Amino acid sequence: MSAAQIRDGDAFGGGAAAGGRVLTPGVDVSHKTILYLEDISVSFDGFKALNQLSLDIDNGELRCIIGPNGAGKTTMMDVITGKTRPDSGTVFFGQTIDLAKLTEAEIAHAGIGRKFQKPTVFEQHSVFENLELAMKTDKRVRFSLTARLDSAQRDRIAETLSLIHLAGAADRPAGLLSHGQKQWLEIGMLLMQEPRVLLLDEPVAGMTDEETERTGELCKTLAGKHSVIVVEHDMDFVAGIARKVTVLHEGSVLAEGSMDEVQNDARVIEVYLGR
Amino acid sequence: MGPLAQTVTRLYGRRGWSVLAACAVILFALFPLANLAMPKGSLFYISDYTVALTGKIMCYAIVALAMDLIWGYTGILSLGHGLFFALGGYMMGMHLMRMIGREGQYQSELPDFMVFLNWKAYPWYWSFTEHFWYSALLVVLVPGLLAFVFGFFAFRSRIKGVYFSIITQALTFAFMLLFFRNDTGFGGNNGFTDFKRILGYHVATSQTRMALFMLTGAVLILTLLFARTIVASKFGRVLTAIRDAESRVMFSGYNPVHYKLAIWTASAVICGIAGALYVPQVGIINPSEMSPANSIEIAIWVAVGGRGSLVGAILGAGIVNFAKSWFTVAFPEYWLFFLGLLFILVTLYLPQGVVGAFDEIRRRIEERKLGQAVRGSAA
Repeated sequence: MSAAQIRDGDAFGGGAAAGGRVLTPGVDVSHKTILYLEDISVSFDGFKALNQLSLDIDNGELRCIIGPNGAGKTTMMDVITGKTRPDSGTVFFGQTIDLAKLTEAEIAHAGIGRKFQKPTVFEQHSVFENLELAMKTDKRVRFSLTARLDSAQRDRIAETLSLIHLAGAADRPAGLLSHGQKQWLEIGMLLMQEPRVLLLDEPVAGMTDEETERTGELCKTLAGKHSVIVVEHDMDFVAGIARKVTVLHEGSVLAEGSMDEVQNDARVIEVYLGR
Repeated sequence: MGPLAQTVTRLYGRRGWSVLAACAVILFALFPLANLAMPKGSLFYISDYTVALTGKIMCYAIVALAMDLIWGYTGILSLGHGLFFALGGYMMGMHLMRMIGREGQYQSELPDFMVFLNWKAYPWYWSFTEHFWYSALLVVLVPGLLAFVFGFFAFRSRIKGVYFSIITQALTFAFMLLFFRNDTGFGGNNGFTDFKRILGYHVATSQTRMALFMLTGAVLILTLLFARTIVASKFGRVLTAIRDAESRVMFSGYNPVHYKLAIWTASAVICGIAGALYVPQVGIINPSEMSPANSIEIAIWVAVGGRGSLVGAILGAGIVNFAKSWFTVAFPEYWLFFLGLLFILVTLYLPQGVVGAFDEIRRRIEERKLGQAVRGSAA
């Protein structure tokens, strides 16, 4: 490990108030794994939302996570993105970055992007401005005060606009978009952050069949360059894109494997698919 | 285009700058001419009373701009902004008290209220306030520092919405009680008054008053341009994003605490400066400026004018305060009822304030024109 890497590791490990700063932590994926969750437990007022959950995500993988309501899918995402601190267990990004010690903003900066279940975009801002605000850059106050877009950045926004099929709506307020378009805009905002890991919470909820299909294509394109984790209820969608599926139940992993394997797993049928 | 020209066009269009220039002509040429050069009784004469009233309202307009930045654009409703205004006023007041010299009732080096309390020397925090520029520094530093420390703990603890509003209300109330006490050393419930001189000039002459009036006008215009620069920057877009979807801002890699703290502190400093301009013009500062009702009134100005519109904030402060000055003479007992009614009516029927109502009217006229054009071409 070089001196620079050690220094970056320290800055992260210390959980210093680095919010908004561009840190190049150099996510260490030398062991192929980009996200490690080990023995994570979280309880709310006695209810165990996560119960010794262990999960590894490989670098560049497309992973689908399914499970009945209350299985802990959203809580798992909260733990990864720093919204909820685990009561016990460890969560690492690459080999070196301890996510339990970072704030939401620092985790976003380190390279984990998250799409919410309910599409969350800046409704009063134009589509273009939404992407501008999400773009990877120095996000501290004094840089925002004087920030101007250069032509390379404008090109990146234009690229993302056409990728998410919103090139014609760049100047429209995001609040006027359809539900499906908002979902796409939010995915576009994640991409502007240039994340290593994308967490997509129900990305096709409220989409038309055509939009759903296009979203599936997009997820497949993104995998490889990014690691993509999709939490979804829509079984057809999952069957269409899944390579490896993890089934959560009562806060821990019930089964893991290809879609066929989990669909034929007796325990999975009992708690989830059979119902 | 040079960078300066770019900045200029980004802030306002041709029409915006023209209106601003017209306002500058009124403030810096018409007012002084009509007040100082015209004979009393002339049709064009503007009385000292009108100058003082307009100057006072311009101070309020500066406060309204500060409030709009934090409430209208960032979505944080402060019900304690009167505190920062009053603190700025008290800091300037301390200097003005020192400038009375031995002309007070007791002909002492100390202000009358200290003689009355049997104090023999100035308390330590009055040190150096005889220097104007040191006091001017305090005007900025004291509200700024208080806002920074308060904001740091409040925003870091993620106190939001109505809880934040209530705490700011409690803060200004606590300071009011503190300043009511004689022991605090700020003149108790009488506060500071009977000022004589500022920078060597007598405060009560028409010339000094006009100079203060023009200075206030200049600060108002500069504050407007400053606020416009903030709002038009990426920083401003992040503030509005925090207002609309704070969690998305956080998960986009911004630390909202830093952004809120920056605009909150800037807003408090602007209020402090407005307070410092206010005190020599009205000739008094006392703890009632810190009363919770005063801070609530600031929020009403912005609501009436239109949240999230800088011009709206200025208009709101103007409309409510001119109405107040007329109302409190005509029907003094009913002002508070009227203010409450105004707030309810605006909330119910003009959620975007006066500016929003104008926009709506303009939109309807354009739609009607468009409709007529379509019908015309069809026929």
